[in-house]
Order: sequence, then C-alpha cells, then structure tokens
Amino acid sequence: MLFFSYFKDLVGREVTVELKNDLAIRGTLHSVDQYLNIKLENTRVVDQDKYPHMLSVRNCFIRGSVVRYVQLPPEEVDIELLHDATRREAR
Amino acid sequence: MSWAGPDDIFLSTSLATYLDTNVVLEGACERVIVGDLYCDIPLGLYVIRGENVVIIGELDLEKEELPSRMNPVSEDEIKRAQKAEREATDLKGSMRKRMEFLDFD
Repeated sequence: MLFFSYFKDLVGREVTVELKNDLAIRGTLHSVDQYLNIKLENTRVVDQDKYPHMLSVRNCFIRGSVVRYVQLPPEEVDIELLHDATRREAR
Repeated sequence: MSWAGPDDIFLSTSLATYLDTNVVLEGACERVIVGDLYCDIPLGLYVIRGENVVIIGELDLEKEELPSRMNPVSEDEIKRAQKAEREATDLKGSMRKRMEFLDFD
C-alpha cells in the first residue's frame, strides 16, 4: 500500500521504468494501481536502436510484475520521509 | 500492440480487451525482429494469460512503426536469421565457458 500511495503522489512526473528484460522506458507517470501496474504517457524507449519495436508507441501500460526499477528524479524524493514510512510499514 | 516475454514475442492487433491483464487479441500478428530484418506472421485470435504480458502499448498511427533501415522479409528467411543468431550466441556462450575453464588471471 505504501508504494501505491507514493506513486500516486508522483503522477505527472517524468520517470524511467527499467524492466526485467532490460528494456528502459522514459515517460510521464499517468497512473498506477494496487499491483503497481504503471501507465506512462509520452513514452520513448531509452535505447531506440536496440529496441526498434516501440518506435510509434506514445502511451503504454506496463504490468507491475515485470518492472525491475522505477528511476525517479532525485529532487522528487524525500529520503527521510520514505525511510520513516518504510520503517513504520515494516513494523 | 502488446509485447509478451520471455521469447520476445511482439504482437500487433486491432482489437484487444483485458481483465487483470489477461488479453484477447483479434487479428493478431507476430512481428519477429532479427537485426535489421523483420517479418509479420499472422496468428488470428489469441488469448494471452496475464502473467506473460510485459507491455501493452498504444500505437500512434501517424508515427513510423519501425525505423526506415529495417527490411521486411519472408517467414522462411526470418526463421533462418533467427536460427543463425541463436547459433552465434550459443557459440559465444560455449567459447566463454572454455575460457573460464582455462581460468585466466
């Protein structure tokens, strides 16, 4: 629940989603759900030459289970707040 | 468009419905890409179990689907290209294993 709420607050930000198959996709976070499925707008693949499959994809839905990382801009991340929240969640 | 891993199957379709990311595709075709070659193989009606789905992407019809450098080829040719690529990676893998056995410092 914690990260679901956290991502809901990040809607509208530019993020890079790195998948377990090594594909990295940059886009604006449009929405997220309880499974941490991610919908991105204004999508572009980070290494376009290696992954020509998605040249014309502008909006996409990414299944939560295939995400390895969600790379966030450092200005958006309040480390102390996250640290406290995760500690409380773990209890 | 949806992309299901792990065999890098790339499916294009005109109609899709999904629930818990299980997908039904009508008029699906598999786009196999090997280097600069590609081939669209028609598949018809497809039901995909949600756990295999990686991405569902909306194609912008005004944009180019593929880079201009890519060439369409026939199904046989793309299968041959896939086989050649697989053999090349297998060879690389086996050579590496032989080097590891020698244990260079």
